[in-house]
Amino acid sequence: MSALLKRSETVIFLVLLAAVIITGLLNPAAWQLSNIFSLLRANVITGIMALGVLVVMISGGIDISVPYFAMAAMYVTILGMLKTDYAGIFLPFVVSTAIGLALGGLNAFFVHTVRMIPMIVTLGTGTMVRGFLLGVIGTSNINRDQMPGQLIDFASTALVKMQAPDGSTIELSAMVLIYVALALVVHFILAHTMIGRGLYAMGGDREAARRAGFNVRRITWFAYCLSGALAGFAGLLYVSMSWLANPRDLAGTEMDLLAAVVLGGASIFGGRGSVLGTMLGVFMLVLVNNSLIILHVSTTWQRVAVGLIVITACAVTAWRDRRAAAA
Amino acid sequence: MSDRFDLRRLVNHDANLVQLVVLTVVIFALMTALSPEKFLRAYNFESMTFLAPELGLLSIAMMLSMITGGIDLSVIGVGNLAGILAGLFFHAMGGTHGPALAGLGGGIIAIGVAIAIGTGLIAGFINGVLITKLHITPILATIGTAQLYVGICLVLTGGPAVVGFPNGWDAIGNTKLFGLALPLLLFLAVAALTAVLLTRTPLGINLMLIGTNARAALFAGIRSGRAVLVSYVMSGALASIAGILLSGRVNAAKADYGTSYLLEAVLVAVLGGTNPSGGKATVLGVVLALTALMLLSSGFQLMRFSNFLVDFIWGSFLLIVITINAFRNRG
Repeated sequence: MSALLKRSETVIFLVLLAAVIITGLLNPAAWQLSNIFSLLRANVITGIMALGVLVVMISGGIDISVPYFAMAAMYVTILGMLKTDYAGIFLPFVVSTAIGLALGGLNAFFVHTVRMIPMIVTLGTGTMVRGFLLGVIGTSNINRDQMPGQLIDFASTALVKMQAPDGSTIELSAMVLIYVALALVVHFILAHTMIGRGLYAMGGDREAARRAGFNVRRITWFAYCLSGALAGFAGLLYVSMSWLANPRDLAGTEMDLLAAVVLGGASIFGGRGSVLGTMLGVFMLVLVNNSLIILHVSTTWQRVAVGLIVITACAVTAWRDRRAAAA
Repeated sequence: MSDRFDLRRLVNHDANLVQLVVLTVVIFALMTALSPEKFLRAYNFESMTFLAPELGLLSIAMMLSMITGGIDLSVIGVGNLAGILAGLFFHAMGGTHGPALAGLGGGIIAIGVAIAIGTGLIAGFINGVLITKLHITPILATIGTAQLYVGICLVLTGGPAVVGFPNGWDAIGNTKLFGLALPLLLFLAVAALTAVLLTRTPLGINLMLIGTNARAALFAGIRSGRAVLVSYVMSGALASIAGILLSGRVNAAKADYGTSYLLEAVLVAVLGGTNPSGGKATVLGVVLALTALMLLSSGFQLMRFSNFLVDFIWGSFLLIVITINAFRNRG
């Protein structure tokens, strides 16, 4: 029992549970099925991108270029689809993911070969890619009537569909399944493969991992490329779900991603973190924003709330680590 | 390959400074060659002396946090918060617009400056406490406080800009003194003070030691917590002065002004020879890097490159510079 309580996943889960119960008591609308479904849907994009950030963080790095890679991969893919009048779904996602993967390789190169601090590298690549996207490729929005219809249809697929008492339809987006599937894949990689072991080992102690025979170069490339690929995939899924391709979107959300992953118990120094924790961390951020709206708090307070949560969570983690080190 | 080898031998210990001077001269020559009639106009250089100090102050703030291996990602939030609080104070004193606001006296302006710098000191102190007392990693602590400070800006303003500052405040960002831009003079004064502080006082030397080897510094009896705390307080203060200059120059303050300055400040600091892992930094290097980059971006803007493209060039520049430095240091 005490071992279970010590896990950060358990702590976040309990905090989440308390938050859900309190908001529900203050405003029963929070417990309506439609709200719960929309909450789950709101997890998808942040969640997929956070999985990539998690993998990089476990390896001892940091990746703040994710939202910019997502937008670049998405926008280039959509423009290509419009140019060629392409009507499929599968290929565009492959292309967007591949663009993200290639951009992730750029990060890996600078982190591994140049040995620069990942924070600085990804700040540089993120800005560079965003500058190139908006300065060279284009800045115009692609809205509902220009967007490829099949992408919108695909992203509107519902998993559960039912009639609410007031006659409106409530549906759970099937995109939640994609998120869960990707999370399971990443969990499997982390927990059951050699490269997963390597990620934790390298994050714990890079030199020790190298001497133990892990190929640190391959692990670094794997982490950043996976993060980039997930970003590219999430980018296209995001615009399919929101019906609008705006290359300026998601700027600044890199901080939310880091916050979610750190809230989920991952260590910024590497070597620690789990998929379940990250998913709970993402859910926490989504819930905070949702609860503030439900409780009729002005949305301008969102940033303050997120900032305070991040600071508190980091302070608690730091305090716990120090106590563990002293014991 | 071979000329890099010769260059390395040529520039030995102060290699970084020499490299920066060479870079500045090359960029200057390049821009002059590309569009001499536009680039070499006095007006161009004059407008640079009003623009550069904001970024310069933020870069020195970033450098201060990097000396001990940290980083301050909250500088933009602090600067904007300082401008917004001062603006709201002026609006409370002289109304939201009209001659009463514009004509607010020197005493009120001084209080506004005190509010702004006070904001920076408090914000920096909060960062410092989180990092040194609660032992939160600087990246995470300042990501959290960046959200917090920007959040407070949004709560205070509701989103839109605080427009309209007294004439006396705008003068800080727009007037000339002894034929030079007032912001430039302020920046040079701050830069000189920081340089003296880093090289001639126990605090500066302690910071360098902590950045070089935190453990050794601890065993040497340096009260590192306090020195690091002071460096973040200073970083906050510099960010708030940048906020004063920015809001004075554009006569407005907003939660998301100057967000592209964050990368640029990191870039200037790193390009200026600051080691982001700590222990190495010079104010002179940062000033030189600032000059080089201002020449570069002003030249590109004159050639009608979009701002986004300038961002792209800055980002590429950062990556190229760290690559060159990495190969140079490895040799």
